[in-house]
Amino acid sequence: MTALLVIAAFLLVAVALGLRARRGRDMNLQEWSVGGRGFGTVFVFLLLAGEIYTTFTFLGASGWAYGKGGPAFYILAYASLAYVISYWLLPVVWRFANEHRLVSQSDFFARKFDSPALGALVALVGVVAMVPYLVLQLTGMGLIVSAASYGHLSPHAAVVIGTVALTGYVTVSGIHGSAWTAVLKDVLILGVVVFLGLYLPLHYSGGIGRMFHSVDAARPGFLTLPHQGLSPWWFASTVLLSALGFYLWPHTFSATYSARNPGVFRRNAVFLPLYQLVLLFVFFAGFAALVAVPGLKGADGDLSLLKVTVKSFDPWFVGVVGGAGLLTALVPGSLLLMASATCLAKNVYQLARPAATERTVGRLAKALVPVLAAVALLFTFNGGSAIVNLLLMGYALVTQLFPALLFSLTARRAVTKQGAAAGIVAGVATVAATTLARTTVADLLPFLPQPVKDLNVGIVALLVNTVALLVVSAATRPSAVAAPVPVTGEAG
Amino acid sequence: MRPARKPSPAARTGRVLLPLLGAVPFGGILGGVFFANRVTPYVLGMPFLLFWVVLWVVLSSAVMAAVYRLDPDNREPGEAEEVGP
Repeated sequence: MTALLVIAAFLLVAVALGLRARRGRDMNLQEWSVGGRGFGTVFVFLLLAGEIYTTFTFLGASGWAYGKGGPAFYILAYASLAYVISYWLLPVVWRFANEHRLVSQSDFFARKFDSPALGALVALVGVVAMVPYLVLQLTGMGLIVSAASYGHLSPHAAVVIGTVALTGYVTVSGIHGSAWTAVLKDVLILGVVVFLGLYLPLHYSGGIGRMFHSVDAARPGFLTLPHQGLSPWWFASTVLLSALGFYLWPHTFSATYSARNPGVFRRNAVFLPLYQLVLLFVFFAGFAALVAVPGLKGADGDLSLLKVTVKSFDPWFVGVVGGAGLLTALVPGSLLLMASATCLAKNVYQLARPAATERTVGRLAKALVPVLAAVALLFTFNGGSAIVNLLLMGYALVTQLFPALLFSLTARRAVTKQGAAAGIVAGVATVAATTLARTTVADLLPFLPQPVKDLNVGIVALLVNTVALLVVSAATRPSAVAAPVPVTGEAG
Repeated sequence: MRPARKPSPAARTGRVLLPLLGAVPFGGILGGVFFANRVTPYVLGMPFLLFWVVLWVVLSSAVMAAVYRLDPDNREPGEAEEVGP
């Protein structure tokens, strides 16, 4: 009971912060979704860093370290590369968004390609990609609260309570609430994760080095990548895919609009890589769990961090860990809901009803929040995938927007709106076909050499995507004179 | 769009050179993993593969710090203010 009370207290504080954040503001669509474009380095840092410290980090990273070993290290690798890209990518995106007063990711594509229909397509892809991500946050939230209640609360009941809190929180405060809760969350998660990552290996193995030695002795090869399957080829292609897709999540993309100037991103590109080293301690905790609570299989690996916490500490501290975990679901969950709702209201609904005022769109966006939350809840109850697999699927989908984005910024003239749409559809179809049929590159093309078979299917889809984009663009290109003058982005 | 300015030769070199610098961490992580996929030697208690990834995370930050210092875009005044949400 103690643990649950501590968690409930954290939830109350978060909701109070969210309510407080809206005070004195007229919550129109601009304020609700992009914070009136007034956030400085620190808040953008926290919003974007909040992206890394999600339930995924907390449970998924430790779960994969526990269940898969070496391949889990990809999680530490991809974000740094994404930050390197962000140094050049985000300032250009921000300038264009600022100039045209954009509020969603699909706005960006609609404006760049002069095509509201393309905007609607991007909105739909984004929302579809966000469902697994949201399901991941809700699944994590359920696991955390249920474990912290020592089994008194079923994961289902826990998920429902969490979703209701999340929905109310988002509807009321918008992105301002997320930014303030992100502060609380990051302080808490940093403390908890570093403590667990140092204490658990020390307690169960006598130190980090000793822990790794004993894991290696018990399971030779576990701490490296295997030769087949999750091989170095898988690692490199997955890291690249995730780095390219990192800022293409609709909520991350539009969270960047909240910056007050482009210098914010360039400064953050220096510090964000270091900040995510905290993940290292999550791995330590995951490997320590392997020593302390062995035997969890498959998706149950996601429980490893919680199991070892419950085994090692007093209920009040389990409550603190659970509270930290709850906040890691709340912040990204709220951004996800907000971005999906804004995309649907602004870029799909407004396409059907062009006469709708910004006020109506804003109201509709808020009304869509509970609907989307309910849909995610439904999937959460029917799913059974490990957290990392959900994330990998979302990444594979959302990265399909990358070729169109890149061309729109560098060689806008080379690509038509039909080409961009064809590329996105081809890429998404490839991902969907392989994911739904649960096939891998190896199943489809068994004659290929092993390295190619191990490639992340998202990378293959990206190639299909780019080819479709170029071919259809070439076929639909209007005469050179009639081409609209593109607004070219300027690097840096 | 920023106001049109004549880019200095240094700025033009930077436009090419800085992204090349930014490509270094990609080489270290995406290419390096093929050579670093081993347990020994342990460094700082970590198996070598994990150490390699950690090393490149730190180096990414160092590279971006260098890029930030060298990039003439960051010498513009009036970009250093903080306001909360």
